[in-house]
Amino acid sequence: MTTEETGYNFAYLDEDSKRMIRRAILKAVALPGYQVPFAGREMPMPYGWGTGGIQVTASVIGPDDVLKVIDQGSDDTTNAVSIRSFFAKTAGVATTSRTAEASIIQTRHRIPERPLKSGQIMVYQVPIPEPLRWLEPSEAETRTLHALKEYGLMYVKLYEDISRHGTIASSYDYPVEVFGRHIMSPSPIPRFDNPKLDRSPALHLFGAGREKRIYAIPPYTPARSLDFEDYPFAPQSWSQVCALCGAADSYLDEVVMDDGGQRMFVCSDSDYCASRLEKGGRTQ
Amino acid sequence: MYVAVKGGEKAIDAARRLMDKRRRGAPELPEISLEQIREQLGLAVDRVMAEGSLYAPELAALAVKQAQGDLVEAIFLLRASRAAFPRFGYSLPVDTAAMRVERRISGTWKDLPGGQLLGPTFDYAHRLLDYRLARTQKPEKSVESAESAESAKSAESAEPEAGKPPSTPVPTHAGAAVPTHAAAVPTHAAAVPAHAPTASAAAHAPTSTTTASATPPPADEESLPDCPKAMSVLIEEGLLELEEDDGREPGDITRQPVDFPLDRPERLQNLARSDEGFALALAYSSQRGFGSVHPFVSELRQGAALVEFIPEELGFPVVLGEMEATECETVNQFKGGGETPPVFTRGYGLTFGRNERKALCMAIVDRALRAEELGEEIKGPAQNQEFVFSHSDNVEAAGFVSHIKLPHYVDFQAELSMLRQLRKAKQNDDRGDRI
Amino acid sequence: MTLPVLSAVEVDKWYGRRAACRKISFDLHPGEILGLVGESGSGKTTLLNVLAGRLTPSGGRALYRDENGEERDMHQLSEAERRRLLRTELGLVHQHPRDGLRLRASAGANIGERLMAGGWRHYGQIRAEAAQWLERVEIPADRLDDRPTEYSGGMRQRLQIARNLVTRPRLLFMDEPTGGLDVSVQAKLLDLIRHLANHLRLAVVLVTHDLAVARLLSQRLMVMKDGESVECGLTDQVLDDPQHPYTQLLVSSMLQV
Repeated sequence: MTTEETGYNFAYLDEDSKRMIRRAILKAVALPGYQVPFAGREMPMPYGWGTGGIQVTASVIGPDDVLKVIDQGSDDTTNAVSIRSFFAKTAGVATTSRTAEASIIQTRHRIPERPLKSGQIMVYQVPIPEPLRWLEPSEAETRTLHALKEYGLMYVKLYEDISRHGTIASSYDYPVEVFGRHIMSPSPIPRFDNPKLDRSPALHLFGAGREKRIYAIPPYTPARSLDFEDYPFAPQSWSQVCALCGAADSYLDEVVMDDGGQRMFVCSDSDYCASRLEKGGRTQ
Repeated sequence: MYVAVKGGEKAIDAARRLMDKRRRGAPELPEISLEQIREQLGLAVDRVMAEGSLYAPELAALAVKQAQGDLVEAIFLLRASRAAFPRFGYSLPVDTAAMRVERRISGTWKDLPGGQLLGPTFDYAHRLLDYRLARTQKPEKSVESAESAESAKSAESAEPEAGKPPSTPVPTHAGAAVPTHAAAVPTHAAAVPAHAPTASAAAHAPTSTTTASATPPPADEESLPDCPKAMSVLIEEGLLELEEDDGREPGDITRQPVDFPLDRPERLQNLARSDEGFALALAYSSQRGFGSVHPFVSELRQGAALVEFIPEELGFPVVLGEMEATECETVNQFKGGGETPPVFTRGYGLTFGRNERKALCMAIVDRALRAEELGEEIKGPAQNQEFVFSHSDNVEAAGFVSHIKLPHYVDFQAELSMLRQLRKAKQNDDRGDRI
Repeated sequence: MTLPVLSAVEVDKWYGRRAACRKISFDLHPGEILGLVGESGSGKTTLLNVLAGRLTPSGGRALYRDENGEERDMHQLSEAERRRLLRTELGLVHQHPRDGLRLRASAGANIGERLMAGGWRHYGQIRAEAAQWLERVEIPADRLDDRPTEYSGGMRQRLQIARNLVTRPRLLFMDEPTGGLDVSVQAKLLDLIRHLANHLRLAVVLVTHDLAVARLLSQRLMVMKDGESVECGLTDQVLDDPQHPYTQLLVSSMLQV
């Protein structure tokens, strides 16, 4: 099906490419956390700007879907706007900023605060899919390490963090072990969001366009953040609450107010903040 | 009340409009035409086609115009539209030995069958700015007439009023230029060096009805001498490693996921579309000793080759058009090892259009990447296929490097909190030490 | 008599028409140190790499008897099994510490890596075990968080040994472990190796070009020349009463020094 307006196929990609990507997604779902190579296509956005997520979304989206796109937790950041309008134009689907109403949520760097539901699909944009990449530059070698479940190297990194800093110093892109088998990069979400991946009712799909890898966490699959028994994983926490809605349970962005070093903390998830305000949360 | 960054949509639109304005430049000047770009900035168009992996001079010219001369951006534009073209098949291997040669040189033989043919080249030009070009020339009637008149009065043909360009576009070579309405031939340059004389470049054509400038041979074509490959001399003597078509269908790096190690056809496909600057740096590094390739240019040829395709419903080849290409074959010494006697080995380069520097670099890097196969010590990046493959594509590289312009508020916030926490812990430790 | 922990059976390794090892056979028993001596290019390091499963032989077999008493052909093992053995029951000490250590990780992480790969997940326990091994190789425990780059050459070799021994391997391959060290540092290191091998009943294949090192450490010697074993026997016997002209030459050149 071609949309009249653009001359491009529904959701831009041709059906052959979509089929190829769907096959990779099915394989990824069957092997939770395993990075499936796929023949990524050039998209009309630059690599590194979400081409992996866009290809995944283009392959799973249908005319009845409702799409939400966020970047840094917000629907209004420029890249989120750009991707949302791309699908509105090429697929003509309905879009929303409300987490509860979306059937597909494409994201960069955040998972919404509102708990996800069964039937929702999260699509992540992934820059570097390989959690071992900073420790081992060779792709041939890291694939072998995954194949043999040889993860001593990953723990060397965590050990070093503790002996140097007294804590595991990864604040985002914090690796998880999926289904007790593969170690996986959750993409650069803050570790605050990691617990949302564990046994989530939603399907989580990760697309790395430049590196040409797709991986997945199927619904209700355990995703354990790596840690030591005596140094358990802990997400970030704040002493402040959101200055707008008063939320004490959300990830906060720090906003610089003036040259005097005045700061305020507000929800990074703009939909969460807005819906709390609608329901009569605190305003200033 | 604090308002989060809003109005992204409006800002994006405004940015686009500003960029359009910059592209058009001073509105009192005439807008540059695609024909002008194609004819007068031909090497830019050729590079965009080569790295954009699509043989479509008009689309490439459009990309150059739209990108305001930023070739990496133009390559990206061409790649992105190429990805959306449906494909109806692969062309037959292009027979480069049967090329209509415009330029052909050999660095290994002083003279050889077919002769040395200098053709158009910058090689022997003194690199002095030619101030005559600063003034706009009067449109010429035709190349031939210009040439005959050249000795007569070249000065007179200069437009006296500099800065006031002709209002009509400069016509193309009269007589020769009969642009045919043929299908564009986007090729995923799957160059496979085969045993003499055919090299194959698998090409496919899209169903889109783009006007291509596939130019048929001029009617009054001088009959050129037969121009066999310079390599054939060495092959007859058995001094050159034998490379034969093993009949295997080459993979297609744009359609199938790749897995290391890559085989040679896959590596060549990657090199054919690799960034010219990257290929140049790799070739140079290899020549300087980071990897040891001491190549001789057996032959460099540039000209037009026929692209043929067998439609399923016909069952016999039809000519889709002619394609300009540059091919480079190098020979390298190899001292032998194991069962192999000392023999010359080859490097192979093939690109769309006139792209001599690129074809040469491609051949050098191709040979360097065969280090493992030939049991050579791997000591430079040009010999490391994972390094070369993963970093050679400028669409990938430019995208990833530029993505750090995107907001990273969340990750930065995470790092900020972490740093504060670590510093606080350190302060407490220090205090503890003092007690 | 115990069963051998390692048996080389007519091991061949060819590079083109050149033989790096030709029909090498021997048995190695628990607690025994076998020295492979010869000049550079004699094939001793190639042999070591074949025995350790890092190179595929052109012929012959290298049989390792694992801790369950099962004989395993090093070159028939799956990649997974081979790598598992190499980080548990086997050890490999490289001539250059940079090949055997993670120079950018602390000493503690270097020693702890094998434990973590084996499933240890308690930071405190891993650290305590690493500290204990650091002391066993005579490095003060307060150097645990330093990187190998901050260590002296002799300490780096000790660290490499600790990193290997932490999983109590049964068989250790050592390639010129004292190469490039000062004589006094060498002597202390040799003493340590001898003590540990003895104490842990380690079987060791030791490659060295230095007959003095071989005499100090190994009970048995194999003299290699051009890929062949020209003489093999008890160390004292080979060095005091060399039979082969090449061994005689080696021994006499050692005495002259």
